[in-house]
Amino acid sequence: MIRYLIRRVLWAIVLFLVVTMVTYVIFFLVPNDLAAKVAGQGSSQDQRARAIHYLGLDRPVYVQYSRFLWRMIKPIPVEVAGVPVFVRPQADLGRSFVEARPVNEIIKAAAPVTASLVFGGVVVWMLIALPVGILSALRPRSLLDRVSMTFVLIGISAHPVWIGLIFAYVFGYKFGWFPIQGYCDFINPATDCGGPVQWAYHMFLPWITYAILFAALYVRMIRANVLEALNEDYVRTARAKGAPEWRVLRSHVLRNALLPVVTMLGMDIGVGLGGAIFTETIYGLPGLGRTVIRAIGINDLPIVMGVVVFATFAIIVLNLIIDLLYAWIDPRIRLS
Amino acid sequence: MALLEVNDLKTSFQTDDGIVRAVDGVSFSVEKGETLGIVGESGSGKSVTCLTIMGLNAKKNTITSGNALFNGEDLLTAGARRLREIRGNDIAMIFQDPMTSLNPVHSIGTQLVEAVQLHRDVSKKAARGRALELLKAVGIPRAERRLDDYPHQFSGGMRQRAMIAMALVNDPDLLIADEPTTALDVTTQAQIMNLMKRLQEDFGSAIIVITHDLGVVAETADDVLVMYAAQVAEHAPVHKLFNRPHHPYTWGLLGSLPRLDADVDRLVQIPGQPPSLLRPPSGCRFHPRCPYVMDKCRTEDPPLVGISDDPEHLQACHLDEATKDREAAKLLETTMAHTG
Repeated sequence: MIRYLIRRVLWAIVLFLVVTMVTYVIFFLVPNDLAAKVAGQGSSQDQRARAIHYLGLDRPVYVQYSRFLWRMIKPIPVEVAGVPVFVRPQADLGRSFVEARPVNEIIKAAAPVTASLVFGGVVVWMLIALPVGILSALRPRSLLDRVSMTFVLIGISAHPVWIGLIFAYVFGYKFGWFPIQGYCDFINPATDCGGPVQWAYHMFLPWITYAILFAALYVRMIRANVLEALNEDYVRTARAKGAPEWRVLRSHVLRNALLPVVTMLGMDIGVGLGGAIFTETIYGLPGLGRTVIRAIGINDLPIVMGVVVFATFAIIVLNLIIDLLYAWIDPRIRLS
Repeated sequence: MALLEVNDLKTSFQTDDGIVRAVDGVSFSVEKGETLGIVGESGSGKSVTCLTIMGLNAKKNTITSGNALFNGEDLLTAGARRLREIRGNDIAMIFQDPMTSLNPVHSIGTQLVEAVQLHRDVSKKAARGRALELLKAVGIPRAERRLDDYPHQFSGGMRQRAMIAMALVNDPDLLIADEPTTALDVTTQAQIMNLMKRLQEDFGSAIIVITHDLGVVAETADDVLVMYAAQVAEHAPVHKLFNRPHHPYTWGLLGSLPRLDADVDRLVQIPGQPPSLLRPPSGCRFHPRCPYVMDKCRTEDPPLVGISDDPEHLQACHLDEATKDREAAKLLETTMAHTG
């Protein structure tokens, strides 16, 4: 187990380096008029040259990349009561070119929004997919089954942007049931837009929009897995032992059928970070997706790199957790 | 009263292509402590017969008739709850492939404990104790440590032993073993069959062994049922079946056994294929493949009747008894010649 972990961590580091390097190079190759943006309108050639030099953008790409990397991983002592006890990486993502704020600050503000959307979305889509998928498998070709398969088709075919716009228009604008823009903090600041209720209220439409595609995919997958598990020999053995049907379902069918769902969840949360971009844009949520889109538009490299680093790190950690979880719940993996 | 008495059992499945008569009029009985062997090719209906008795067929599109009296109680009309009480408790069943018949994500101990706790109101500790007892009884070495192992950590023979332990854990009166040794190598086969015989002596349970292997039947059965195309072809005590077989199909089965001491280029086989159970042949179902076929065989289904001088030996064939005795004797000469 330890060796497996170490190997995974090493691979994670390699992956991290590759992703950040590729992003850096792509950015470097895209033509931009960053100098004008940074130095301001109407700045002279000389001022722009000074701005570029100040930002270090006149150095070769590998120099810039290594400076970026070093800024992130440079060990800083961690002090306890004034005594250096431990080291940690500096994790400084630099400063935005355009807004004079440290990138760390920008990410810290945007990440909780995206996290709310993604993790809330996961909960919503699993709450839909599990019962619908399982029931469809238990009653194949029934009315419920056919309705849910139709829902699956629509959910997979309709683009989240389209769904988001329709929902925002119908439920937000026409019926006025839900707000169509904006995000409220979960923790309660002194404004009227704060606290768990307001947070959930503003997130409701985004969650549904975000979750529909994944719910559709998962209903289909869960249904197929459960149908397959129902035909397995060990289910017949369980019935031959005299087990009641609910027990056969819980202990034997679902316990096996839902194993692949765990792996898929890990992968899809990663994919979902990308999908969050659409939903955040439609509903005006100030999350990482919207932040990075804006930054790309104005060629603000540090913010883009910051989001890429954060997202890569988050996905790697998540997948590691999912791998360990999977090894724990499937004894065939655990013991091999 | 017999432990299990099956009368005119019929099971049909409604499929998209029509009605498949998987079991078409099977009757037999099993006494306490006895072993019945059911022999036949794939598709002869032997497994479905026992699945029907246990009520393990899919409920949709299945039509069953006849009765299966277990200690006088008809299992075919018993309610679902009653059947669940009986399964794993009074009647237990083990299946062909122990790798797929055991849940891969639960330990052997967990699955055995489940078998106990489904029918006995005991603590988990007590159930584990009982599970351990059975694992030892079936000959699994270092049983205490093996209780927490998973199926994929056992070898094929060990897995089948574990399945047998799971079946016997509640001391059933009847054990149905569906091809228990087919998925195992020959030496393991012998071990498992010996184990089952010994357990039968120790526990006193009756056994129904379903198999296509006549060798297994010869070693372990007291009574043999030969099935062909969803019907009974011959039914006799084991030594009578092997010493005086009275059905061309049985002759074919015995004649096709490979022999170490005979020098043959090709194995004797019964020509043709088992018939489709959607549209079985008219008259005697074996007639398209029978070397002794007569006109009568094509139109009249032979009844299952006893031989005139031996009523407990049943067979379903229109051939006259004299011919059958002659052919049986000839067969015995060629196949049993070198066994002394």
